[in-house]
Amino acid sequence: MSTNQGKLKPSSSELDLDRPNIEDYLPSGASIQEPHGKLRLSDLLDISPILTEAAGAIVDDSFTRCFKSNSPEPWNWNVYLFPLWCFGVVFRYLILFPARAIVLTIGWIIFLSCFIPVHFLLKGNDALRKKLERVLVELICSFFVASWTGVVKYHGPRPSMRPKQVFVANHTSMIDFIILEQMTAFAVIMQKHPGWVGLLQSTILESVGCIWFNRSEAKDREIVAKKLREHSQGADNNPLLIFPEGTCVNNQYSVMFKKGAFELGCTVCPIAIKYNKIFVDAFWNSRKQSFTMHLLQLMTSWAVVCDVWYLEPQNLRPGETAIEFAERVRDIISVRAGLRKVPWDGYLKYSRPSPKHRERKQQSFAESVLRRLEEK
Amino acid sequence: MLTRNYLFIFFFLFLAVSLEPNSSKILSETMGNSSSMLTQYDIEEVQQHCQRLFSQQEIVSLYERFCQLDRNAKGFISADEFLSVPEFAMNPLSQRLLKMVDGLNFKDFVAFLSAFSAKASVQMKIKLIFKVYDSDGNGKVSFNDILEVLRDLSGSFISDNQREQVLTQLLKEAGYSKDSYLTLDDFIKVLGSPGLKMEVEVPVD
Repeated sequence: MSTNQGKLKPSSSELDLDRPNIEDYLPSGASIQEPHGKLRLSDLLDISPILTEAAGAIVDDSFTRCFKSNSPEPWNWNVYLFPLWCFGVVFRYLILFPARAIVLTIGWIIFLSCFIPVHFLLKGNDALRKKLERVLVELICSFFVASWTGVVKYHGPRPSMRPKQVFVANHTSMIDFIILEQMTAFAVIMQKHPGWVGLLQSTILESVGCIWFNRSEAKDREIVAKKLREHSQGADNNPLLIFPEGTCVNNQYSVMFKKGAFELGCTVCPIAIKYNKIFVDAFWNSRKQSFTMHLLQLMTSWAVVCDVWYLEPQNLRPGETAIEFAERVRDIISVRAGLRKVPWDGYLKYSRPSPKHRERKQQSFAESVLRRLEEK
Repeated sequence: MLTRNYLFIFFFLFLAVSLEPNSSKILSETMGNSSSMLTQYDIEEVQQHCQRLFSQQEIVSLYERFCQLDRNAKGFISADEFLSVPEFAMNPLSQRLLKMVDGLNFKDFVAFLSAFSAKASVQMKIKLIFKVYDSDGNGKVSFNDILEVLRDLSGSFISDNQREQVLTQLLKEAGYSKDSYLTLDDFIKVLGSPGLKMEVEVPVD
């Protein structure tokens, strides 16, 4: 989610361990039939299947599709609909937006005037302080949701505060966290951001027990895994919320889940979130706009309508690996939220695929050549 | 007081224009400057350039894809942006293809992809394959050129010696020697069967 538009670094080989065989998902195209018979010069020179795959990827690929913003079709370029649209724009920007900004400001004033005293004066009385801070964070999140005229329908039983359970959800934008937080104060694990968001992260969200990671640091993974484990074992910590996709996806597809959340030895409670596209495209395309612009866009649209489903808690089945468990939960969430699954690791947004995949293709080509050499 | 109200209104409308996804389209149409959209004239020019191997709808789809890959609307797609498509980056011949597509403008991009159209002749497809092998562009493919492509395709899973052996043997069986240079005609002779399939479908919605 960081606005890192510079160089792409080669990914660490660790990231591949998370991923089952991509070849199972990719369209194999011309390589479906194994070539047989004696090897001839034409077989060696014929690179057409490999070129076809490359050209197919240039023309359309399932990874870039996951991060495409769904901009609504212009319905307003018409002599009688256009004035209606203009009126809508004026209403949204000159009436709705200022009203919402006022609501949000009032919310912040109330929040800060309660939070700062509670935080500093109740330093000794930890249990009471935590409880009050939790309530206040839920309050400010409700104000945020109100400032976008958020209509959120929650389905399913409310999460309860039990030890040894984590919550996982699909990720579309940072507002996922706010929408979930207004109902229950979760401790979320997020990328540390720069700017005013980072300030909020280090002051207010720290009090709910949030954990930070830094995508660009390789060693960070082990430290974060340890923190996750410690947090999930504690009985009076806030329930942990993890977005296993690791990046924002456009609410039409779901990318591979990282296995970190699934090997903590806890019950995993899936949450599915689906936004209604008619009102606003809630996907935060972090390459195209900053979070501030994204929030402004939300505050100037008609409403943010979404459904949140709290799904049945899942446990690791005997004989199931963490990756299979992650895939199973991804299946449950994707079916509920109507998302299409793609076999890509979300971090490929920030780094290149490891050479292991190219090597696999090279290996199958080499084996085919050597095998056919034996045939007479 | 009145001017201050007008200022506020202008500020909000400016915000509207920058945030609304449709406003830029409408603005460019009213101002007659549709640089972000293709005119009918542009489409026909591109179609002419690619020998009419793509339909007009396919060209519009390809333009959308081109704009999607070209992140800051430079007018061409850089090597980095091509490699951000993981399926392309994983391809063993990606570096060779990159040399051919890096920095192409939209017209040449479509011309490059036209070899993959279903309507393209077998000769056009073989010409593209020849160009991939002939990396120095001198019209001749040497033993070493083929070896290098084989190296890209098989990596460390076949030894250099084995590759040389296999290639020498197959060249001999086909009537060539290790020192002969293959021209485009030789490629057409070897590969030119009607079964050569090298087609890509352009998604048209």
